[in-house]
Amino acid sequence: MTAVSAPRVGAGGPGSGVDVARIREDFPILARTVREDRPLVYLDSGATSQRPRQVLDAEREFLENHNAAVHRGAHQLAEEATDAYESARERIAAFVGAMTHEVVFVKNATEGINLVAYAFGNASVRTGLTEESERFALSPGDEIVVTELEHHANLVPWQELCRRTGATLRWYSVTDDGRIDLDSLELTDRTKVVAFTHQSNVTGAVAPVDELVRRAQAVGALTVLDACQSVPHMPVDLHALGVDYAVFSGHKMLGPSGVGVLWGRSELLQAMPPFLTGGSMIETVRMEATTYAPPPQRFEAGVPMTSQAVGLGAAVDYLRLIGMDAVAAHEAELTRVALDGLRDVPGVRLVGPDNTTERGGAVSFVVDGVHAHDLGQVLDDRGIAIRVGHHCAWPLHRRYGIVATARASFAVYNTVDEAAQLADGIRAAQDFFGVGR
Amino acid sequence: MQLQQMYQEIILDHYRQPHGSGLREPYDAETHHVNPTCGDEVTLRVKLDDAAETVVDVSYDTLGCSISQASVSVLNDLVVGRSVADSMRILDAFQEMAQSRGKVEPDEDVLGDGVAFAGVAKYPARVKCALLGWMAFKDAVSRTPAAVSTAAVSTDAVSTDAVSTDAVSTEPGSADRAEKQDQKGPVG
Repeated sequence: MTAVSAPRVGAGGPGSGVDVARIREDFPILARTVREDRPLVYLDSGATSQRPRQVLDAEREFLENHNAAVHRGAHQLAEEATDAYESARERIAAFVGAMTHEVVFVKNATEGINLVAYAFGNASVRTGLTEESERFALSPGDEIVVTELEHHANLVPWQELCRRTGATLRWYSVTDDGRIDLDSLELTDRTKVVAFTHQSNVTGAVAPVDELVRRAQAVGALTVLDACQSVPHMPVDLHALGVDYAVFSGHKMLGPSGVGVLWGRSELLQAMPPFLTGGSMIETVRMEATTYAPPPQRFEAGVPMTSQAVGLGAAVDYLRLIGMDAVAAHEAELTRVALDGLRDVPGVRLVGPDNTTERGGAVSFVVDGVHAHDLGQVLDDRGIAIRVGHHCAWPLHRRYGIVATARASFAVYNTVDEAAQLADGIRAAQDFFGVGR
Repeated sequence: MQLQQMYQEIILDHYRQPHGSGLREPYDAETHHVNPTCGDEVTLRVKLDDAAETVVDVSYDTLGCSISQASVSVLNDLVVGRSVADSMRILDAFQEMAQSRGKVEPDEDVLGDGVAFAGVAKYPARVKCALLGWMAFKDAVSRTPAAVSTAAVSTDAVSTDAVSTDAVSTEPGSADRAEKQDQKGPVG
């Protein structure tokens, strides 16, 4: 219902590369200057991506013409708003190979993981829906398995679930080049959950999903995939991956903040008890007891975000029209250029694989003699925005004995020239602090 | 170029050759503060004189950026040998300058080399770096045996509730550790 103007794809169409110059025209913010008229070089899309006009327009169009509380009310605006909201769900589901009713709107990926963890917790204290939800119950002696490279969002909720249920947290350690070390852990028949990131937000390594799923299935464990850094950057088909749950955030995929997705296999969502309860998620309510709506409504208590969901629908339309194969190919080229540049700078140590095989565009590194904060400041002075710190993956940084790293991360709107500027900026920082060379 | 305004030569000198670094015995209290956004850490020890009126030593170990390291070096310069009351006045002046977004003109008579951090105040993300060591110092003074016994009967400039936690958060569990370390146990 909301018309979305097409993004500017390459002359050869999807799959044959992207016309970055034309794409950039859709992103007004990329034309601004920072710090004394330096052109902005935005290399922090791993933290949050910028949004094209098509997304901003879709949100505004919705709010100016169709805004109402969804799934309540019988007036025309309520119908239109509900249609827009459900249409976004349908397109987002299609974008990741999911069925529409398997997509639950949440605030962000963090909330999505917490939803699953709290639902399992509820099942564990037998406040679940039915006998079916017993399958999610955890007891002392059961195990939840994560990896050492997880974002805190895919670690702390599981630590908390272990604390509430008496289950034990175990984890795969990582290799020296920032991949999950599959030899570091054996799952057991007590392993109930295996949660891991599809693509590390620090090292960029893409997880061996097939193998991790095979191992989890062999012991009957459920898999939870943090797809925050994969869905925006590569084609993802959740059913084909074989995982049981997945989460991703809108703001990292050219969409609005305040909206994300929890995806779960239909039969699992059907059996799972709710997390947040209240309005919208009910079937019948009496003073004595309440029954719950089927998924996805069961997991969307309260009036949900609407313009944000509509905006995320526009974002997946935008990405789909460029083509995720083309997006992935372009970002692989940016990553290659950045890695080549870093390789030539003495005193730079990469935290992650040094080639683009099974690797995405998060490029993290340390520079001998220059703290990441100081490096980030020098780059900022040149107009280059990167992330510095532990990127919400503190245990991973401890594993490598470092306090903080600098991270460049890319999106479809970055140019090869921008990726190449990274190495120049590092050299400038080394000169400024009198180290290296 | 804005970079030089922030990284004044004084700051870089302190960074390259920090004054009074390293952890020393004896000490009255030790604190460990962390900047949770970047993981920078400082462990800081304070030794007061027998009357608990003068700062005899501030020793420290830092893991962090040039701003946080230079800042604690300047702290050492400014407070060692001063009265506790004077140290707290200097600390307040430094904190006021650092949190002013560049609106407070620093007084060199009070802050000495600390005035070099006026440029840092214009970068909100780096203010925590500049204050990390100073907040650890404030916390440590409040945990000295003299301050702890004084705090039991009155609230003065060094009472624990004066410790700002919005500028620099303490790592969860560090309070427990600090209490253990009040007994001069080994660093955990």
